Amino acid sequence: MSEATAKRHMGLKASRAVTNTAIHILLIVISIIWLIPFVCIVLQSFRVENSGQVGYVLPKVWGTDNYSNLFQTDFPRWYTNTFVAALITAVLQTVIVLCMSYTLSRFRFKMRQPLMRFMLILGMFPGMLTMIILYRVLKDLGMTQANATPGLILVYIASSGMGYYVSKGFFDTIPTSLDEAARIDGATRAQILYKIILPLSKPIVIYTILTAFMGPWGDYVFARYIAFGASAGKNVAVGLYDWLSKDQISNNYTMFCAGGVLVALPVTVLFMFLQKYYVEGVTGGAVKG
Amino acid sequence: MAQLSDLEYLKLSKGKKFGYRLGHFFTGIPKGIGRFFLKIWEGLKKCGAAVGREAADIVNTFVHGDWKTKLSYLVMGFGCLARGQILRGILFLLFEVVFIGYMILSGGYWLSMLPSLGKTGPSKEYNELLDVYVTKYNDNSFQILLYGVLTIFFIIAFIYTWRLNIRQNKIAEKILASGKKLKSGKEDLRSIVDDQFHKTLLALPMTGIIVFTLLPILFMVLVAFTNYDGTHNGYTNSLFTWVGLDNFNTMLSWSGGAGGTQSYAATFGEVLLWTLIWAFFATFTNYFLGMFVAMAINKKGIRFKKGWRTILVLTIAIPQFISLLYVSKMFAKNGIINGFLMDMGWITQAIDFFGDASRPWLARITVIVINIWIGIPYLMLITTGILMNIPADLYESAKIDGASGWKQYTKITLPYMLFVTGPYLLTSFTGNMNNFNVIYLLTGGAPTNAAASSASGSVGYTDLLITWLFKITTGAESQYYMASVIGILVFVVVALVSLIVYNVMPSTRNEEDFR
Repeated sequence: MSEATAKRHMGLKASRAVTNTAIHILLIVISIIWLIPFVCIVLQSFRVENSGQVGYVLPKVWGTDNYSNLFQTDFPRWYTNTFVAALITAVLQTVIVLCMSYTLSRFRFKMRQPLMRFMLILGMFPGMLTMIILYRVLKDLGMTQANATPGLILVYIASSGMGYYVSKGFFDTIPTSLDEAARIDGATRAQILYKIILPLSKPIVIYTILTAFMGPWGDYVFARYIAFGASAGKNVAVGLYDWLSKDQISNNYTMFCAGGVLVALPVTVLFMFLQKYYVEGVTGGAVKG
Repeated sequence: MAQLSDLEYLKLSKGKKFGYRLGHFFTGIPKGIGRFFLKIWEGLKKCGAAVGREAADIVNTFVHGDWKTKLSYLVMGFGCLARGQILRGILFLLFEVVFIGYMILSGGYWLSMLPSLGKTGPSKEYNELLDVYVTKYNDNSFQILLYGVLTIFFIIAFIYTWRLNIRQNKIAEKILASGKKLKSGKEDLRSIVDDQFHKTLLALPMTGIIVFTLLPILFMVLVAFTNYDGTHNGYTNSLFTWVGLDNFNTMLSWSGGAGGTQSYAATFGEVLLWTLIWAFFATFTNYFLGMFVAMAINKKGIRFKKGWRTILVLTIAIPQFISLLYVSKMFAKNGIINGFLMDMGWITQAIDFFGDASRPWLARITVIVINIWIGIPYLMLITTGILMNIPADLYESAKIDGASGWKQYTKITLPYMLFVTGPYLLTSFTGNMNNFNVIYLLTGGAPTNAAASSASGSVGYTDLLITWLFKITTGAESQYYMASVIGILVFVVVALVSLIVYNVMPSTRNEEDFR
């Protein structure tokens, strides 16, 4: 029996079973492809016999030397820098973003449309360009090189108002009749925000905090610019990047893997717990733009 | 191009509709430009009329006002103080004192230096006591430019406040004449959390944006018209000054550089072309493959839906620099990928994915493929939600009519998705044009484009405009002015792309299609 006739003989159910099996296999392959780099990085962080780059994955000698060696370097300092920056940014950026998006979603004032257009146009300039001047200004204020972290935090939070889109999209979905009812009862606009809107906005608040917390862990450009080569002022991204430079990679490659695992751990754990809110924010807000 | 009526337009096929809109966009450009200038002219006329009205109002208020109002023209806030609005009066007065003090102490100096950006650079002076030459620093071009711009901001703010102060007087007179009472300081304070609450909320974010984004961008736009670079840093080595449009001429000139290398314009063209190709493929490969994965997981009868999603979503959590750096090393000459391929016996010599200047497209395609790996989880998330929102009865009626799976996809799923995600695609396209992280952390721009290297900062085949800009500012010469020129051109390109897409996007015309 040829394949074509076999197909014809199979019922609708059977043909669906075939496609579903194919899709299952495909999904397994996809999952493997997506997980391979992370499995490799974990495995290589335990490799002891060679600290450089090799063409195989499974370590020949297992050990935790790479992790203990991390503490002989500036890594703990970079880690603290990044962690502090992430924590403070998470709080302040959330406050600023919520102020901005709430205002643009709820109030109707003369400058609202021009303001939004102004920020849209401003956002079309490459933000990296501003680094040149911000570096000089922060340097005058003593917030660069070894003291880079406060300067970095300032840069992170100062312009965060521009990222109001997602949470504005969320606030737009809360019915205004709630506000009006509270106004009739004599609440001020500030009371409406604290007593009515914020309790309803838990998902978007958590989403904003989570993304704000994750941002500083991955920032490379601004961090490198402001640290300007001073090891004490680097964040993890800049520090670990240098370990992979041509003259260091043969000694520090496995240590990079160990450092990478330590960096990814807290963010990933936090993310796992708050995944629901992240998905909600991305699917709800990102599209309305 | 013929103008179609709405009915005729709706009869066209999807592709023809798109062509029609695109054609109309381009044939409409001359008209659009005309309209643009007309709008500017009208805007200017409106502005002029508004200024005239304001001036007339200022004069009128002075002529008809009482002595308290008249004195307020000189001493800001006097009217408020005299009428018992102490809080407002003090704030006005304080602002005037600060402004005048600033202008006398330093503002005047910055303004007077702005046209020249400093007159005397650092000089060597003989110190008799120590018998050595000591460098003496004089003017600072950088500060002059920065504080000059700040002073202009301050003056505009002062004029606005002065006008506000006069209007306050006029309003107060009117209220008093009608026999009502003025607002007390307590009521003013209450309005901060009530009817003026939006201003309170916006104060902090807007200050941040103005000081840390608007001001720096204005400054950098001005830098494009100067010769500010590593050797003219304006203070310690040499002053910088205005050079007019010279930098734009260099960037857009076709004459080659020293040593038989390309001109700036040719390099810019090459990098821009790759930037656009990259943005296109990075956006659409992710979009369609992400949608495909989402549909595969959503399909009826697939088990562990949540498990598949979680695996993909978790990869978002890991900071991008780790995964990007690690993957870039996996593709290195002695990396895991080459090791695996050689173990399997598929290749005998390691492939140099990112270093082979004779095969730039190998590096480019590899980057796009790796970007798919980066982007699919995110796109899968976004599209999953939207796919579930498509009304199921659309599919059911299509099935009854005998539509195949592919037909359902092209006639129902895709139009719906494109309609809903249109704005997202646009922002994602412009975001990819400026996607610094993926390019810089993966390849650093490699392989190097030898012909283009005269354009400072050594350009590579995978460099985007944004990574080129970064390399220029960190290169040996640090030609900040060239970085600024590129930044301005990036803005122009992004704005143009947004404008074109916005005009062609179906969401703006077929708004009722899915209601």
